[in-house]
Amino acid sequence: MLLSVSDLHKSYAGPDGHLPVLRGIKMLLARGETLALTGESGSGKSTLLHIIGGLDQPDSGIVAVDGVDIGAMDDAGRAGMRRDKVGVVFQQFNLIPSLTVESNIGFQARLSGRLDQNWIKELADRLGLSAQLGKHPEQLSGGQQQRVAIARTLAAKPALILADEPTGNLDEETADKVMELMMTLAIETDSALLLVTHSHRLAGRMGRRLHLRAGQIERAEE
Amino acid sequence: MNARVFLLLLWPITASAQGFAGLGTDVDGFSSPQRPAQFDFPIDHGPHYDYRIEWWYLTANLEGLDGTPYGLQWTLFRSALTSNVGKGWSSPQLWMGHAAVTTPDAHFVTERLARGGIGQAGVQADPFEAWIDDWQLVGPDFATLTMTASGPDFAYDMVLNSDGPLVFHGDEGYSVKSAEGQASYYYSQPFYAIEGTLILPMGSIDVAGDAWLDREWSSQPLSDNQTGWDWFSLSLEDGKLMGFRLRQTDGSYYTSATWIDPNGTTTSYSNSAFEADPVAVSDVGGRDVPTTWNVRLPDRGVDVEVTAINPQAWMDTSVPYWEGPIIVQGSHTGRGYLEMTGYD
Amino acid sequence: MTNAGLLALLSHWRHNPMQLFTLVVALSLATALWSGVQAVNTEARASYDAAAETLGEGMFAQIIASTGTIPQEDFIALRRAGWLVSPVVEGRLDGIRLIGIDALTSPGGLAPVGLSDGKLTIEMITRGILFATQETLERLGEVDVRKFPSSDVAPAVILTDVGTAQILLGLDGQISRLIVAPQQPIIQPPLEVIAPNFELIPPQSGSDMGRLTDSFHLNLTAFGLLSFIVGIFIVHGAIGLAFEQRRPAIRTLRALGFPLVHLIALIVFELVGISVLAGMIGVGLGYFMAAALLPDVAATISGLYGQSISGTLHFRPEWWVSGLLIAVGGTALAAAASLWRLACMPLLASARPHAWAMQARRSRLIQTVFAMFLLVAASLLGWLGSGLVAGFAMLAALLIGAALALPVILDGLLAAGERHAKSIMEEWFWADTRQQLPGLSLALMALLIAMATNVGVSTMVSSFRLTFTGFLDQRLASEFYVYADDAQQAASLRAYLELRVDKVLPIQSANQDIRGLPSDIYGPVAHATYRDNWLFLDAVPDAWALIEAGQAAAINEQLARRAGIVIGDEITIAGQPFKVVGIYGDYGNPIGQVIITEAKFAALFPDISPLRFGVRIDPSRVTALSLDLGADFGLTEVNMINQAGIKAFSLAVFDRTFTVTGALNILTLAVAGFAILMSLLTLANMRIPQLAPVWAQGITRARLGRLEIVRAVLLALLTTALALPLGLSLAWTLLAVVNVEAFGWRLPMFLFPLDYARLAAFAVAAAAIAALWPATKLARTRPVDLLKVFANER
Repeated sequence: MLLSVSDLHKSYAGPDGHLPVLRGIKMLLARGETLALTGESGSGKSTLLHIIGGLDQPDSGIVAVDGVDIGAMDDAGRAGMRRDKVGVVFQQFNLIPSLTVESNIGFQARLSGRLDQNWIKELADRLGLSAQLGKHPEQLSGGQQQRVAIARTLAAKPALILADEPTGNLDEETADKVMELMMTLAIETDSALLLVTHSHRLAGRMGRRLHLRAGQIERAEE
Repeated sequence: MNARVFLLLLWPITASAQGFAGLGTDVDGFSSPQRPAQFDFPIDHGPHYDYRIEWWYLTANLEGLDGTPYGLQWTLFRSALTSNVGKGWSSPQLWMGHAAVTTPDAHFVTERLARGGIGQAGVQADPFEAWIDDWQLVGPDFATLTMTASGPDFAYDMVLNSDGPLVFHGDEGYSVKSAEGQASYYYSQPFYAIEGTLILPMGSIDVAGDAWLDREWSSQPLSDNQTGWDWFSLSLEDGKLMGFRLRQTDGSYYTSATWIDPNGTTTSYSNSAFEADPVAVSDVGGRDVPTTWNVRLPDRGVDVEVTAINPQAWMDTSVPYWEGPIIVQGSHTGRGYLEMTGYD
Repeated sequence: MTNAGLLALLSHWRHNPMQLFTLVVALSLATALWSGVQAVNTEARASYDAAAETLGEGMFAQIIASTGTIPQEDFIALRRAGWLVSPVVEGRLDGIRLIGIDALTSPGGLAPVGLSDGKLTIEMITRGILFATQETLERLGEVDVRKFPSSDVAPAVILTDVGTAQILLGLDGQISRLIVAPQQPIIQPPLEVIAPNFELIPPQSGSDMGRLTDSFHLNLTAFGLLSFIVGIFIVHGAIGLAFEQRRPAIRTLRALGFPLVHLIALIVFELVGISVLAGMIGVGLGYFMAAALLPDVAATISGLYGQSISGTLHFRPEWWVSGLLIAVGGTALAAAASLWRLACMPLLASARPHAWAMQARRSRLIQTVFAMFLLVAASLLGWLGSGLVAGFAMLAALLIGAALALPVILDGLLAAGERHAKSIMEEWFWADTRQQLPGLSLALMALLIAMATNVGVSTMVSSFRLTFTGFLDQRLASEFYVYADDAQQAASLRAYLELRVDKVLPIQSANQDIRGLPSDIYGPVAHATYRDNWLFLDAVPDAWALIEAGQAAAINEQLARRAGIVIGDEITIAGQPFKVVGIYGDYGNPIGQVIITEAKFAALFPDISPLRFGVRIDPSRVTALSLDLGADFGLTEVNMINQAGIKAFSLAVFDRTFTVTGALNILTLAVAGFAILMSLLTLANMRIPQLAPVWAQGITRARLGRLEIVRAVLLALLTTALALPLGLSLAWTLLAVVNVEAFGWRLPMFLFPLDYARLAAFAVAAAAIAALWPATKLARTRPVDLLKVFANER
């Protein structure tokens, strides 16, 4: 199993003491699978994604990627995992402003030592970014920037792709196109895709859906 | 009669590093002028060390061969720091010389300072000699004098001869300076004929004219409420006029005058008989100085306008004042000298 | 309304206390450096100006009598002949120099005492008063004259009236020397006619070293000014940032009907308030700095130049005024551009605060053009300009041009680094550093100027030291020097010495005009002493041999420069032609000097016999010899100079000079380090969005933090590397342009790589220390704060 999460708890210090965010999450995800995490704002779905991506630490429970427990890792270990195993696409500000589009796309792939120029070329081509490679992120539109972020994630061929409202800032038509591409490419590269969204329409396109409410999985749909 | 000196000796002078600063206004230890005034010549041409201040003050109206008017000043002041007697360097006597030449468009001034007791400056009565450094006013007697002075940019060498008597101001030489009764001894020799050479940056000029010598000494002649002084000496067709106006803090004036007939006969006028009012003011180095005056002595039918030949005749000395030649027009015509203090 | 507006403006500082802190600290430090250096200078100058003005030493021509003292009658005779001279009576009382002057005729007046106090004046003239510093008076024994402490009198000097001095020194009717007033009457007989025995000494001859002192002060002043510029760069940055961030508030106020003029007036009022506050702190700091440095400077100057100055600091009101003026003026300079932009801002302009960095990037082109213009102007000034003003203008153009060019050059270097990057992290590092450049460039410019100033001043001071000690070796090559009072004593002294020492070297000179310039001709005895110790700036090979052969001469630099003489030219001395074979440095001497062989000198000037002798002797015997001379000839210390003592003292003194410059170096670098710290802290908040994606893709926060430090060190290193040539140009300008214009001689420039390495280490350390806190902060950023960057704004 690529990802296994069991009995995951997480709370944040709030003004009124500890505020539980995740309360005993349990889930599994295999290569080639697509999964949507839905839920209201504050249901804990982003936090769950952050913990799975090694961007945040759980209070208790086990999160294993490729059989290795993230909770037992130190800062460097989590960074290594992010670099080598995971690709994350956020809603905004995914890109490194000082680097060109080309360097941004190749960034994680080069970090993890999986640079494949032909693959990058193909990705750029298919995401319609070939003409933008020499530009800097600030010169691109929002949709173009998100496509660059997706290209960057796919270029590194991570086992697990995490996407947190990747199309939240885009209009519906663009969002659909971007989503389509991401799913297709994830399947092609035999990656698992975990999508956090509040859009039922997008969630509906995933293979499975988990609905979070108040830090717990309310229901799971196949 | 030169009020500036009274003022410079009696005002607190802070800015002046080398002026006769710091003299108290008390007369302790010094003599005061007494009435009736009694003079003994030639001794009284010499210094009176028991009085605090004293001067030999000569002004001259001159003319070049081309008719250009010039003014000339030669002054030696004596001031005693204390009434004690001290010898050599410890003598309390200080001397100050002022010399100036005024042309219609230039004014040359210079100043000398000296300690008494060492021979650098002094006055002796008989034969008469007054000197500071290389300047001197010297002659076998008071009627026949030669006079020299020099500065960085001018010098002069003059001969003077008088054919008239000495003239005594106020009450036979006892000159009252305020309603409170402050007074000085004051006499003049206004009848000098003068000739000689002026050496100016533009060259040497032979000149001739008439000169007026004032002698005055006292210990505390001005009162506290007097702020400045306007002094006139006029040579007119039918006589000479000396008049002064002391400005008082309340805006009023104390005036005094002497009318001198050509034969030397004098008439003294006490407060208010003589009147002088500014008509026009000139900007002299940023100061407003009246350089045209209306001067009146109704008793003699004098009602004249007095105008400075060079309004910029500012004496930029340790204690600054205005002193320069004037032209007289109106009921009478003539020329003379004007001195003004307290405008800086 | 005004209150509301002011409150709205001031609330900015409440929300950005760090900015206010930066502004106040930078301005205070800048003012402190400026006013501290000024204070040291003013104090030193006040001390010896007091002496020089009163004593007429150096500033005025003087008259002395070849027979010793001048009879007082002759003084009166001179005055009465139209010579405006003032008497000075001097001697020693309990070993302390006592000087009597006549306040009425002294051209400098009685500056240290001031005649405004009438009672004091009366007492001084009629009874006598001794004026001196408290310390000097305490050294003086019982005297029957009132002692009056005055801090305006030079240390170790008692000033009194000429009459009092005559009595205390037993010189009744005698005058030691006469000071000649600078302005003399239009008509004046020649001196020979009145007093044939008197000698007129032209001004300055008594104080050759005064010129060196001036040089030292000029350079200190330049240092103070440059340090101030460093501070102003920082202030400029802080004010610019505050203005940018306040744009929304200002727009709102204007939209509410607040008139622009009114608003600008409020801001000016606010800035004046801040600058006055900072100025006051700065003057206070400067005072402490000066107080700490002054004893060293005092020792430096008195040792170097024989000018004694007081080692204590007096708080002079003019510092407050000048310190506050410079703080307000500096703020005005720094704020001018921001205010101008504000004044031109249309009401409906975007309220979005532009990043200061973006602003800087946009003006990059203008900046480049302006920098080029200034640098070209600097080279043109160096090439074609003449005069002190041109020298200083060149300095300013060079420094500001270089500072403006710095970001452009750094950007180019970083872009090259980016192109040659191997790994993606390297590529990102270079690119990201480039991106930080606009936000850091003001701080880096400050570092550049600070560093260049330090390199420049270190080079100058060290060159000064080498030159001066070399010069001492040359001029005081003999172990011991003796001065005879007259020719008769000289002859017996010479005979006496020749029996007792290794070699007696007579020193004799004659005054001649060389190519119309007054010069001293020296005719030293041919001896290895000169060949071994005399350093030439320029010479033909074997110059001494040619001089000893009799047909050649060596001249000093002053004469060479003023008369345009080069090696190989011919000069005429007393009708005889000589070929110039050597030019030597002659620091501090205002007039020309020529050296010919003794035989030629004797032939040309048969009437001159030497009064001074250099004595070659085993240094250990010097003390015994001076005691013997004292016993046998009645010579005092005034007539004898022990070379070893002087040299040891000057070296010790130079070491103190280094303490002073060292302290100033560290201070300016600290200011620049502070600028870097503040810039990095300001940038820190902008950094999070730039770093979050890198972190998310697998780089630890710790590594990012380390890279921040590496980045600061790299930028500091590059800046330092660029500062080195700039600092050397600065030193060259000070030594070869400003000094020549101001004093007529050029100080040779030496290089001190070790000093530069040490300074570079300081600069890099300052940058690393400055980056430490922001980097640590970054390394400890909570993941949740990094994640906020990506968070959905729903």
